[in-house]
Amino acid sequence: MNAAYLIPALPLLGFLGLVVFGKCLGDPLSGWLATAAIGSSFVASVVTFASLVGHDEHHRSVTKSIFTWLDVGGLHVKASLLVDPLSMTMCLFVTGVGTLIHLYAIGYMHGDSRYPRFFVYLNLFAFSMLMLVLGDNLLVTFLGWEGVGACSYLLISFWFERETAASAGKKAFVTNRVGDFGFLIATFLAFLAFGSITYNDMFDKLHGAGHTTLVAIALLLFLGACGKSAQLPLYVWLPDAMEGPTPVSALIHAATMVTAGVYLMARMSPLLHEVPTVATVIAWVGVLTALFAATIACAQDDIKKVLAYSTISQLGYMFLAVGSGAYVAAIFHMVTHAFFKALLFLGAGSVIHGLHEEQDMKRMGALRKWMPVTSATFIIGWLAIAGVPPFAGFWSKDEILVAAYGKGKALWLLGALTAGLTAYYMARQVALVFFGKERWREADHAGTPDKAELTEPEPVADDHAADGHAADGHGHSAEPHEAPWTMTAPLVVLAVLAVLGGVINLPFGRSYLLEHWLGGVGETFHHAATLASSTKVALGAAVTAVVLIATAVGFRLWSTRPEHPELEPVVLKRAWGVDALYSFIFGTGGGLVAAEAAAVDKAVIDGAVNGTGSAVRLGGTNLRKLQTGYVRNYALGIGVGAVLLFGYAIVRMGL
Amino acid sequence: MIAAAAAEAHNAGFPLLSAMVLLPIVVAAVIALIPRNRTDIIKVVGLLGSVATGILTIVALVDFDTHAAGFQFVTQHVWIKEFGVSWKLGLDGISLFLVVLTGVLFPIALAGPKVKRDVKSYIAWMLVLEGACLGSFLALDLLVFFLFFELTLVPMYFIIAGWGYENRVYASLKFFLYTLFGSAFMLVGLVALVFLSTKGGNPLTFDLVTLADRQALAADTARWIFLAFAIGFAVKVPLFPVHTWLPDAHTEAPTAGSVILAGVLLKLGTYGLVRFGLYLFPKASVDLAPLLLTLAVIGITYGALVATVQRDLKRLVAYSSVAHLGFIVLGTFAFTSQGLSGGILQMVNHGLSTGALFLLVGMIYERRHTRQIAELNGLQKTMPVLAAVFMVVMLSSVGLPGLNGFVGEFLILLGTFVTHRWWAVVASTGVILAAVYLLWAYQRVFHGEPSEENRNLPDMTWRERGVMLPLVGLIVFLGVYPKPVLDRINPAVEHLIQHVQDHSDYRQPGVSAKHEVVDE
Repeated sequence: MNAAYLIPALPLLGFLGLVVFGKCLGDPLSGWLATAAIGSSFVASVVTFASLVGHDEHHRSVTKSIFTWLDVGGLHVKASLLVDPLSMTMCLFVTGVGTLIHLYAIGYMHGDSRYPRFFVYLNLFAFSMLMLVLGDNLLVTFLGWEGVGACSYLLISFWFERETAASAGKKAFVTNRVGDFGFLIATFLAFLAFGSITYNDMFDKLHGAGHTTLVAIALLLFLGACGKSAQLPLYVWLPDAMEGPTPVSALIHAATMVTAGVYLMARMSPLLHEVPTVATVIAWVGVLTALFAATIACAQDDIKKVLAYSTISQLGYMFLAVGSGAYVAAIFHMVTHAFFKALLFLGAGSVIHGLHEEQDMKRMGALRKWMPVTSATFIIGWLAIAGVPPFAGFWSKDEILVAAYGKGKALWLLGALTAGLTAYYMARQVALVFFGKERWREADHAGTPDKAELTEPEPVADDHAADGHAADGHGHSAEPHEAPWTMTAPLVVLAVLAVLGGVINLPFGRSYLLEHWLGGVGETFHHAATLASSTKVALGAAVTAVVLIATAVGFRLWSTRPEHPELEPVVLKRAWGVDALYSFIFGTGGGLVAAEAAAVDKAVIDGAVNGTGSAVRLGGTNLRKLQTGYVRNYALGIGVGAVLLFGYAIVRMGL
Repeated sequence: MIAAAAAEAHNAGFPLLSAMVLLPIVVAAVIALIPRNRTDIIKVVGLLGSVATGILTIVALVDFDTHAAGFQFVTQHVWIKEFGVSWKLGLDGISLFLVVLTGVLFPIALAGPKVKRDVKSYIAWMLVLEGACLGSFLALDLLVFFLFFELTLVPMYFIIAGWGYENRVYASLKFFLYTLFGSAFMLVGLVALVFLSTKGGNPLTFDLVTLADRQALAADTARWIFLAFAIGFAVKVPLFPVHTWLPDAHTEAPTAGSVILAGVLLKLGTYGLVRFGLYLFPKASVDLAPLLLTLAVIGITYGALVATVQRDLKRLVAYSSVAHLGFIVLGTFAFTSQGLSGGILQMVNHGLSTGALFLLVGMIYERRHTRQIAELNGLQKTMPVLAAVFMVVMLSSVGLPGLNGFVGEFLILLGTFVTHRWWAVVASTGVILAAVYLLWAYQRVFHGEPSEENRNLPDMTWRERGVMLPLVGLIVFLGVYPKPVLDRINPAVEHLIQHVQDHSDYRQPGVSAKHEVVDE
């Protein structure tokens, strides 16, 4: 069980090692060191997992203390790890998917001028993420929570020379801070209500606290989750976060960090269980986000933006599950989503790479002939996310929708509608990228934004590619090419997982592996299946029918013709105008308030100070004129003064 | 004060604290005797003097009895017997780390930025300033404190006026007069306190501990005198709305001046509020806490808002200080262990982070000769190391967990939340705003493609890296493992809160439901 310490310690060591020696190791050794660090962390996770399985079912929650972090008055906070089925599930997929993405990045980032620094951040991210999921109290979780946020900021603005990348990083951090505000206040309230912020202590004392307090804590934590997991109304940072290098989008902004909010809600499930109204709020925010983001994804042209909105939408599904009390389904979907969404992002990265930094899907097409591995794996990812049986996404999405039906039929209906939209926009993406005509041939590269000229890494040492580049310098007109093995190997592994991922929780007979395993966390993870199995099958069949039709329609429409203006209304292209609205309110409005405050500071507050100074000086200047130096003037003054005093004395004496 | 007496007996050997205060002043006098053109000798002597003083503060830290709440290393010599004035110095958990901070920051400020003009006077003034700061933190006699408190103004005035930037004359005069104006109130309050405390045949004394234990004033008298003290300290902190001397003084001061001003001098205000506010006037400070808390919260949000739109990088950091010092005052008047301990820890944290920020801004200025944000861009490409250090310090200032700023802010906000919920909620928005102004400033200065003027600037030299290393090390250490520091602060804080409870009807809410220790 002591291997648990190694899970976060190894990426931390990797980070420290790279800070000191990263420059000497260079490209690609520093990448290999980082990959080894997280890979061995995966091994440590497996070892811990195995020994936890060895425990009897009711003793699968172990706290490992490291040191006392804060001890002031009644506040005791330890830096300690909570090893239980939930945190181990998270650790396994975070380190597992993380290792694959690190490996991919070795190839993807090759040639970047700041190659070692990229892996410094990546390992620091892995450490923070593992602290987040392993923390045994709100504060250690918050340490990881903010740590991943900072790494996300550093990695989104990794190519900081680009104005858009720098702004996107800042936007992500600040938007997340709004959510963190909720997290902080929730922590204070929890301390006040329970006298402790350690998860197990809090859950023991749930019944001692007032209902309103519990509602407030749950809502405030959910605010934090909305920031981190990009839900309405705090989702706006995630699409912009695509400015980061693609491995970052896959690791942080699809597979791991953005699921932290869902994890937090699952961790706090005993609390949510006590406050059903908050659960309903969560379910509705989740399903509305899912639908809202899916509509936007239907009209985006940037290959990564489609996936970004899709991620927001899929996270919405997870919150729908949480709100419906189906925590296992939420975690199940989180895991399968990590597989197929990481796959899709890495596939997108491979495409972008193969096309020399082209991201516009309207300038792609027919790539399956040039990139066989990428296209085959991407298609698997597509079928998995769309929810086509028997791919992984089908099983997990089905679980969520069944639970949503139990919570409320309207939730189910919106969820099913979203499933249809998901199938449609993913079909559109696959059709535009891998099928149809070779539009990249006619694409006028002279007109492309000079983005590609910046530090986007040059494509990698694949033989053909290298030749192609040698021939034409910048390589704009070169044929698309498949990526090197360090990039395709993770694609293949993830594709296998996207096909088979469902087996961890198949809904037949004695299966439900994940459900049994997570049952060890606590009662709230035993979701009472209230629906008859015939209803379940009927619901599953209905959704699958919708999905298959939407897939077929989407594919047919977009593989034959790349332009359907009627299906891409401007309002969707502009994401319903929410960004514009926010930037008006907070950018322009906030700027005005700040400018006003500064003006007041200068004119009124400092004005009063300088005014006092001026008044004194003015008074002094004028009074100085009395000092004429003429004795007659002074004598007059003395005389007048004496007369006045005399008069005053007489008056006072009452004469 | 049995503990103090015991500690006094225990430490009755080498007069450590007197040595700490006098050493830099003596070295300053020695420097005055060295010929003006021997700048090499002057630099070495000056640096050695401040390093030696720093070592003395470290000795005090090592010898400090962790669990004692009272004053340690106490020295007392009667000075003016008729008035009950004595040279009395002592150290407790509240002043300990401020003393160490002073001991650490002065050598860094002397070693860091280069000064070209009149090195002799500059170093001499810096050393006098160091002695005066230490004297203020250590004095346990009101008159001795007041003298040192005022003495800090003189060298700081000369440093700003003599080695500052374009607008230095205006800024230094404003600094001097504004602070003196505050001190005038304090002096009146101080004299009133001392003389009114003789009521009932008590002997005249300026001794802090005796006066605090005596509590001889009527409630409303105490309130007025507390207010007089509070005004004096509020100007120094500075608390909204008496903060406007700070941006000018900070911006115009030379780098080392800004480092000391932000790192040490401002702490005299917050330290004064704790030591001479809460301790001398427990009841009055409880009664007037809502006023100070409100001003603190306004300072936090308002300072952050104004910082956002500053065009001068140094001025931006200065306004961020207004916000950060607001947090410290907030924690002080929350009257909880967490709030007060957090506040004292945050005094140290702010000294480290803001001191480091001013050093970094100074390094940028030395290369680029501008502080205008609009003229700087793309510096991360030009100076990756400086940018990385700036990033760490900035994240500390933003309050990122794992770095020092978070620990203090968290304790302050939590401690305030326990007693004054809504103040804490509003203050927490400062956490969002801090990210806005600092990240935006960072983006404008460091991100983007460097323009022609910013392209060929040298990165940090090894000397500069050496100067920043201890600061960055402490920033990380205090964020990860603040326990040794908090363990030394806590007893004194508990003692002070007990003192407040003894002399007022305030009771600290008991949230201390001890939890079971798992897996040990």
